Amino acid sequence: MTASASELAARAYRVRQRVLDIGASDVGTHVGGSLSVADVLTVLYSGVLRVRPDEPDWPDRDRLVLSKGHASAALYAVLADLGFFPAAECDTYGQAGSRLAGHPLRRLEGVEFATGSLGHGLGLGAGVALGARLARCQARAFVLLGDGELQEGSVWEAVMCAAHLGLDNLVAVVDRNQWQISGRTEDCIGLEPLAERWRSFGWMASEVDGHDHVALSRAFAEVPAAAGKPTVVIARTVKGSGVPVFEDRKKSHYVQLSPQLHARATAGLRGRVRSSP
Amino acid sequence: MTPPTMAGAVAGQPPGQARPATTRDACRRALLELARVDQRVICVDADMGGLDDVFAERPGQYVNVGIAEANLMSLSAGLATTGFRPFAHTICSFAVARACEQIKIDIASAGLPVCVVVTHSGLSAGHYGPTHHSVNDLAIIRTMPNMTVLVPADVAEAEWAVRAAHQLPGPAFIRLGRDATPAVHDGPCAPQVGQALTLREGDDVAIVATGPHPVLMALAAATSLGVLGVGARVLGMHTVKPIDEAALVQAAEQTRGIVTVEDHLVVGGLGGAVAEVVAQHRPCRVHRIGVPDEFIDRVGDERYLLAEAGVGADQIVAAALSLVRATAAAR
Repeated sequence: MTASASELAARAYRVRQRVLDIGASDVGTHVGGSLSVADVLTVLYSGVLRVRPDEPDWPDRDRLVLSKGHASAALYAVLADLGFFPAAECDTYGQAGSRLAGHPLRRLEGVEFATGSLGHGLGLGAGVALGARLARCQARAFVLLGDGELQEGSVWEAVMCAAHLGLDNLVAVVDRNQWQISGRTEDCIGLEPLAERWRSFGWMASEVDGHDHVALSRAFAEVPAAAGKPTVVIARTVKGSGVPVFEDRKKSHYVQLSPQLHARATAGLRGRVRSSP
Repeated sequence: MTPPTMAGAVAGQPPGQARPATTRDACRRALLELARVDQRVICVDADMGGLDDVFAERPGQYVNVGIAEANLMSLSAGLATTGFRPFAHTICSFAVARACEQIKIDIASAGLPVCVVVTHSGLSAGHYGPTHHSVNDLAIIRTMPNMTVLVPADVAEAEWAVRAAHQLPGPAFIRLGRDATPAVHDGPCAPQVGQALTLREGDDVAIVATGPHPVLMALAAATSLGVLGVGARVLGMHTVKPIDEAALVQAAEQTRGIVTVEDHLVVGGLGGAVAEVVAQHRPCRVHRIGVPDEFIDRVGDERYLLAEAGVGADQIVAAALSLVRATAAAR
């Protein structure tokens, strides 16, 4: 069920709007890093991932592991849009008794693992991929990592292990927005040459524009890029993407949007869509 | 330094018939037997050595992730979500101290049926030194909800622990030493998870012990106390979590006090767990014998280090006698 270009654009727009709405909640959210993965998640959940919203525990499903759990708002937006849970539930984000926390919880349909502490997701995904292979099941694991997250040593334990085990049903997607809380990743602890690093560990690596739906779809369609090798897609993204007031801004990391800022951000998002080709 | 005097307890005199054997080997054998009948059982190894040989006949049920304990835990958790029953093996301190967060979030919080099997617990790594000692793991692991914590006292209990963990719907932790220790039980042993074993009857004082050396010391101490006319009940706590509250409350009611024995810090381990229970349900005197609140950074084998730490049958006897006298005076 491949979606048309206009349908993908419409979905990504709805995801971004929902991220802004969640950011306007009393507690705010990780706006910048949620907006930067809006297109990646939209494309993954529009025909790439084999999932069933009405049967979230379907054993043969592909698993999406949101290793950068702070992008929960984007995940909630995508899952709600697909009907994993009622979209209205997004309005409860962060409130007492809600199932929607600042970092995702397994009790919510569609959430595979409770993430938020960085550096866990790739190992979890490797375990899923290994289990699927041992069970001769078609399930694959897609792990969405932040770029700053790659500074966690446990990521590289899993990178080495997945390559050694030849887990070609494991796909890492790096949200390469170049920012972390304290500033530019390259000013903090540099990651480049990133693709070469993954390749040197035995992975198939490709780099794509992380906001280009066609390019993303093509990259995911080529998985596994080589038999017996895990794949990493480095998605070059813009933190705060799609909302001018937040784009490529360090301060977009965590925002509680006032009504005025929410209106301004929403107008900016709408304006960007109108002006896009 | 004088070696410990509780010769019968740790110097290799088995109270039972079986010759000394390692709980580690017993666990491995038991796991292989399980793997033969349950395809879901996967042995996940972090370069422990020897496990690969044990599982040579079942290569499809063995994975070595190398020297990478964080990944050992996360990968095992991921495996468990696909229907497998991973048994993740590493050294105690590297599991609980180094990969604590992976156990906490990926395994315990998720409630996944991963069994973490650790060796070299307590001071059993001996001359390897303090990097390999683990005397705060019980304090950490028992603060994790969902976790079942099993500490077998001998080979028979170790075999049971593997089978018991396999039957649990959620996560488990099996804490093992390193060297061979004498048998506590004459034959096979199949207690219930969370139900203490009464190894010796007695109503004057209760000795609650966990792990091979502490249980053997407790039995030796009980014998010495018997000679002195003091009846010591010995409870073998193969399950530290969930702890057997009923047995502890009963001991508090029926004896003049409890002595706890462990090869772990006196803070947060078995002694802490026992004190928590009796303080709430039936306050009584509790004397905790274990590693004091200091780093044992001395060189020596396990017996030497336990003696240095003040964990021995003599100390148990002294503590028991002081409890009996104190409460007798109070009456």
